[in-house]
Amino acid sequence: MLVRRAIQIAAAFALSAGFAQAQISDGVIKIGVMNDQSGTYADLAGPGSVAAARMAVEDFGAARKGMKVEILVADHQNKPEVGSSIARQWFDVDKVDVIVDVPTSSVVLAVNQIVKEKNKVLLVSTGATSDLTGKACTPNSIHWTYDTWSLANGTGSAIVKTGGNTWFFITADYAFGLALERDTEAVVLKNGGKVLGRVRAPFPSSDFSSFLLQAQASKAKIIGLANAGADTTNAIKQGAEFGIAKGGQQFAGLLVFLTDIRALGLDKAQGLLLTESFYWDLNDQTRAFSKRFAERYKGAMPTMAQAGVYSAVLHYLKAVEALKSDAPGDKVVAKMKELPTDDPIFGKGRVRQDGRKIHNMYLFEVKKPSESKGAWDFYKLRATIPAEQAFRPEKEGGCPLVK
Amino acid sequence: MSEIFGIPTQALFGQLLIGLINGSFYALLSLGLAVIFGLLNIINFAHGAQYMMGAFGAWFLLNKLGLGYWEALVIAPVLVGLTGIVIERTMLRRLYRLDHLYGLLLTFGLALIIQGLFRQEFGSTGLPYSIPKALEGGQNLGFMFLPNYRAWVIVFSLAVCLGTWYLIEKTKLGSYLRAATENPRLTQAFGINVPRMVTLTYGFGVALAALAGVMAAPIYSVNPLMGADLIIVVFAVVVIGGMGSIMGSIVTGFVLGLVEGLTKVFYPEASNTVIFIIMAIVLMIKPAGLFGTQK
Repeated sequence: MLVRRAIQIAAAFALSAGFAQAQISDGVIKIGVMNDQSGTYADLAGPGSVAAARMAVEDFGAARKGMKVEILVADHQNKPEVGSSIARQWFDVDKVDVIVDVPTSSVVLAVNQIVKEKNKVLLVSTGATSDLTGKACTPNSIHWTYDTWSLANGTGSAIVKTGGNTWFFITADYAFGLALERDTEAVVLKNGGKVLGRVRAPFPSSDFSSFLLQAQASKAKIIGLANAGADTTNAIKQGAEFGIAKGGQQFAGLLVFLTDIRALGLDKAQGLLLTESFYWDLNDQTRAFSKRFAERYKGAMPTMAQAGVYSAVLHYLKAVEALKSDAPGDKVVAKMKELPTDDPIFGKGRVRQDGRKIHNMYLFEVKKPSESKGAWDFYKLRATIPAEQAFRPEKEGGCPLVK
Repeated sequence: MSEIFGIPTQALFGQLLIGLINGSFYALLSLGLAVIFGLLNIINFAHGAQYMMGAFGAWFLLNKLGLGYWEALVIAPVLVGLTGIVIERTMLRRLYRLDHLYGLLLTFGLALIIQGLFRQEFGSTGLPYSIPKALEGGQNLGFMFLPNYRAWVIVFSLAVCLGTWYLIEKTKLGSYLRAATENPRLTQAFGINVPRMVTLTYGFGVALAALAGVMAAPIYSVNPLMGADLIIVVFAVVVIGGMGSIMGSIVTGFVLGLVEGLTKVFYPEASNTVIFIIMAIVLMIKPAGLFGTQK
């Protein structure tokens, strides 16, 4: 867009002495939530992630503990150059200590380098590429909620094992889609499946009919959608129109968020298998959290991306409290890796040396319209993937931090 | 099976047909732009937002009033066209004597405001809208599965485009319109209410955008940014065809849909840039566009 819309909303939480403010840089912990505030990824993260970050600050009790926390918000418009310039301004001018969320893998990879250069902290919730804990890993970043490897491992292997052994990929043509395709292909091949073809669709695309036709011609049993947001919903919607299911083919939505299912409607999405690390209706804790989230954010249930922001910010504040300092970034991250994680989102977990946050992942199936009892009642649980198996083994990622 | 450049000819037919479907949308939208530019000299940047309003109109009629697709096809364009008339009466009217740039800036600003309001209200992921019962399913053509709805899109948009062309180029009303463009003062002297005609023309152009929006609703997700994504391409189509040329914009719309469809087969990564490459070439060789005439 011609107009650059960088919205900055600052929310300051109570002032008081007591906490060792001298060691907090500038006396205030500044959290920058950077994501897509207006485009294709705005509903699955966007303002909802900001609401989640605010909840984390309140639940942590920053004000009560005498910690001054401020939240800044910026819209990176899914463009790496916009994200980079916001990050530099945040660090150099606004003295931001930690950047959280950051969807769009191409943007998060760019921001990742700047965070390392400035020795700050990056907590990635929505960004997906597993390179963040692989060759692009740094001592300053943690990959929090999920990654392309864990999605491929969950959805990909479940489908191959139930007979979906020939694949065709429709891939969003940028860092995220390519990483998701790569990780899924590895899973398919490992389980004895075959990849018959692939097509790289420009990001974002609204018309998928041409790519669907190519997928039909391939005769593959499974059409793997290595994309996200509106790209995925459009592909599935148009797939129904072109008779994909009637032709005996099936979609594998490799990254599908709760909000995507809502946009599709259950009649089109039913039966879809998907992998997520969080769903509002998992247990009492997630239900209670989601209810509180909905009260603050337009009655919507949180996506795993938004819930992940809450979990990451909460753990960050715990580490800062333990360290009595929010700088330098690598020290804070080291502390975060040292402390075990515990929150209503993911339960108990930990952060590995390569920067991978470890917790369970879940394989869900989208309900039939007749099975759904309410506005957000979309998933039934098919399998729980235990934390230690849900993510790529530490040694296989190629992260130099792992010795 | 015979092949062309390694692609089976059957697959190629399928892709060409799909290109034609996308071309229908380009044609319908660029037609509206051409009508507005031709008669009002306004570069209507709000066209994408008005297309989006058409799709939302269909969704609204279905979910709030229980009126289906066929009713929406008539009612939504009329309602959105009325908002266009209000905009013309209250705002655009003041800009006719000024440079094109002012109209462009005003409509661009309006588009941002409209999109922002819809995004605030409905979010950005979009809302579901189903294909009407009568057009569900599809035909197996041998070389591809053609959904009935897509076939309807081609036929209907072609009819609307040709109807509009006929109205403007061949009827008495059209001749009044063209006379009013050529010399508004003289036309008014003959007792024709030029300002009212201009208002209705803008309303009609906007209604065409909304009509395209209703037709798009069952295919694409109904979301506030659907127009913003499309409008830039449509402007390229108008530039290639020549600003203000009615037939030019229709033909260029369909042809560029075909070109884009072919690109998706041979080099999909470039499919959303190919139209702009063509635009650059056309601007270098024939700055007035393929069907345009230098004023």
